[in-house]
Amino acid sequence: MATARVVIVGAGPAGVRCAETLLAAGIKPILIDENRRDGGQIYRRQPEGFTRDYATLYGREAAKAQDLHQSFDRLREAIDYRPDTLVWNLTPGQLCCVSQGRHRTVDYDALILCTGATDRLMPIEGWHLAGTYSLGGAQIALKNQAVSIGHRVVFMGSGPLLYLVASQYVKAGAEVAAVLDTSPLSLRLKALPKLLARPGVLFTGIKLLAQLYRAKVAVHLGIKPLQVLGDASQGVMGVRFTTGSGRTATVQADAVALGYHLRPETQLGDLAGCAMAFDQASSQWWLATDDAGRTSVKGVYAAGDGAKIRGADAAEHAGRLVALALLEDLQQPVSSALRDGHQQALAVMDQFRLGLAQAFPWPSEQAKALPDSAIVCRCEMISAGELRRTVNEKGACEVNRAKAFSRVGMGRCQGRYCAHAGAEVIAAAAGVQVQEVGRQRGQAPVKPLSMLIEEVAP
Amino acid sequence: MTVQKTDVVIVGGGLMGSAAAFFLRRRGQSVILLERDQIGQYASGVNFGNVRRQGRFLGQLALANRSWALWKRLPELIDDDLEFIPSGHMRVCYREDEIAELEAYAAAPEAAQLDLRIYRGAELLQRFGFLGPDVKGGSYAPHDGHANPRLAAPAFARAATRLGARIEERTEVADVQKVGGDFHVTTTDGRQFQSAQLLITAGAWGQKLSAQFGEPVPLDTHGPQMAVTEPVPYALPTVIGVYTKIPEEVIYFRQIPRGNIVIGGGYRSKPDMLNRRAYVEPRSILNQVSQMRRLLPGVGNLNIIRVWSGIEGYLPDSLPVMGPSGTVDGLFYAFGFCGHGFQLGPGVGDVMAELLSTGSTSTPIAPFSITRFALPA
Repeated sequence: MATARVVIVGAGPAGVRCAETLLAAGIKPILIDENRRDGGQIYRRQPEGFTRDYATLYGREAAKAQDLHQSFDRLREAIDYRPDTLVWNLTPGQLCCVSQGRHRTVDYDALILCTGATDRLMPIEGWHLAGTYSLGGAQIALKNQAVSIGHRVVFMGSGPLLYLVASQYVKAGAEVAAVLDTSPLSLRLKALPKLLARPGVLFTGIKLLAQLYRAKVAVHLGIKPLQVLGDASQGVMGVRFTTGSGRTATVQADAVALGYHLRPETQLGDLAGCAMAFDQASSQWWLATDDAGRTSVKGVYAAGDGAKIRGADAAEHAGRLVALALLEDLQQPVSSALRDGHQQALAVMDQFRLGLAQAFPWPSEQAKALPDSAIVCRCEMISAGELRRTVNEKGACEVNRAKAFSRVGMGRCQGRYCAHAGAEVIAAAAGVQVQEVGRQRGQAPVKPLSMLIEEVAP
Repeated sequence: MTVQKTDVVIVGGGLMGSAAAFFLRRRGQSVILLERDQIGQYASGVNFGNVRRQGRFLGQLALANRSWALWKRLPELIDDDLEFIPSGHMRVCYREDEIAELEAYAAAPEAAQLDLRIYRGAELLQRFGFLGPDVKGGSYAPHDGHANPRLAAPAFARAATRLGARIEERTEVADVQKVGGDFHVTTTDGRQFQSAQLLITAGAWGQKLSAQFGEPVPLDTHGPQMAVTEPVPYALPTVIGVYTKIPEEVIYFRQIPRGNIVIGGGYRSKPDMLNRRAYVEPRSILNQVSQMRRLLPGVGNLNIIRVWSGIEGYLPDSLPVMGPSGTVDGLFYAFGFCGHGFQLGPGVGDVMAELLSTGSTSTPIAPFSITRFALPA
């Protein structure tokens, strides 16, 4: 089937490496990307006309970023690249795409989802105030437009991104008021054996921390977030938290960047009917795939952080590997040494992933402690108390039912930012494990769809 | 295994079954309701939320009026708020000759209680100037309105439970038989129930059960196509729908007080009956987008943030199956409401409770009898 129509969604590390591998095997894929430029989130390219160099933009990852961009630049004319294009829905064999107000369908025989990840968020009292951003959002502001989210920024949450973005802000000259990590040092030490699977990456992480200390940024470990301070007119004015030693402390700031690692963007796979699996280590649902990225639906594949959160290096391997899997499925010859090499590299990265999950755990206990007045769903402004009432008074112990009764997950974000925390609140109220309350079914559109669109021929 | 005995077993926990359970309890009947999945999951919880009488088959208005009277009493009746707003319903058309049809409907004696008023020309422009220039006229029903379908069936089920009904969710019926004077119901998990009367309110699955009693009906299934925009300031209290004979022109919308505009109409999808999941067809949404811009030009500035579907049962004459079985004593049906059952729900529950308890009902339901599909002997 040399004429198989192969569509890759997402031009980050996984999507670009996948396209490169397919092209080398004689398949010219269509590469659709929501962004205006390639690179994904991690290797996001600045807009044309911006002149920051690679070291400024990507720090220690500059060489990898440059290599990916150069690979893409070589591919660009040889493949069918469609930037600034949102895949908002799909049916078997057909994607629905919107670009600059024009709606087109794109037919596919094979679909490879390299859709990346977004921040995983746990609410806190006051996080709906203007000036509260996700860590990823704070990073995009800096990488894309060279702006800070505030004059004085607090970074709060847990995970590698917390330190990375904080250090990027320091480097860019922004004032970082504090880095507040919910995970204690003890967990990091416990996770050390797994983290040593990738000593280089571990060392990079330690250097980031050292950089923050050198810049005299206050770094607190094992904290408990209490409240984003401020009011409706002023927005964020600071953060209140409990220190690792149990003291209540306050940091003044006009912006907060919040996040607990990442969650995969699984909506397209979900809409395609792909089976999902619950990952115990990170306590979240993601697409069920085999080692090479085949989903439960024939012809639909997934790679990179959109499939499994393992970071950018793993995404490059996974992108190449999923391309090989597709080639195999198309009865094309594939080097088994190449395939095994990627699989071995990914196994190491998987070990590291488990270490990260152990060192910087998702703070499910916070959902239980969340005051009734705290907003869970920022789009619809639904509080933890309202959500709990649907469980306690209306018996909604399943997330879709609780969504129907409470509206948590019905707003603009479609649960992408509130569903995880919402499920934890429901599970805590119902007294069951979070995997027992299910997961929110995906609904189109993947992102809000303008009603000004005009249909055009494919 | 003990057999659980009750006056009435209801199979199917949509709005019809839940409301029937509630009204049967008010009449003192003991009730067990069996729902294979969750209460109000398929048609009852996903529809547009129209509490609309105008435009219905004239022979259905007596039932719709009875239901409307119950909607008006709802918060106190079931001690729950279904977000019912009698905000008015406007049925508009794109062609002058269709205005005459709206006028004829408004003049029918059956529609007297609806207080319909026809708008056209300057009056139309003055009151509904926000509608597109293709709109030539409309029929305004001041007492109709809308409510939140996601809340309705579960609220009736909870109210029924408070009155002593037993609601068994995730309970699938495996076998139903009439033995002697009683119905014997066995579920897939092996539980047994026995009752003198059996009410089938199984929506899109109703005909599977009626067929078991020798009364098959030509029921078809469709997935409604619904969409909702992001919230904008509340400015359009009237529910507005297009009256037309061209399927793709069918569009209706309502704005809820929190600001979102709910949209329905156009093409329907074929549900996946095996996995019991219905999807929205992208072409339906694209059609809705263009039809909405025609009907309400200002809507082009908004985004659709979510779409959804469900599973509804349709009959060829667009009327439900409602009333006693033609072949088996003690067996009753209320299913297949053809996408327009939401407004009728409380009334259907009330009528069925009356029918099961007293043997007759004061509201005419003869046109909906299952016997209309009986094969000539």
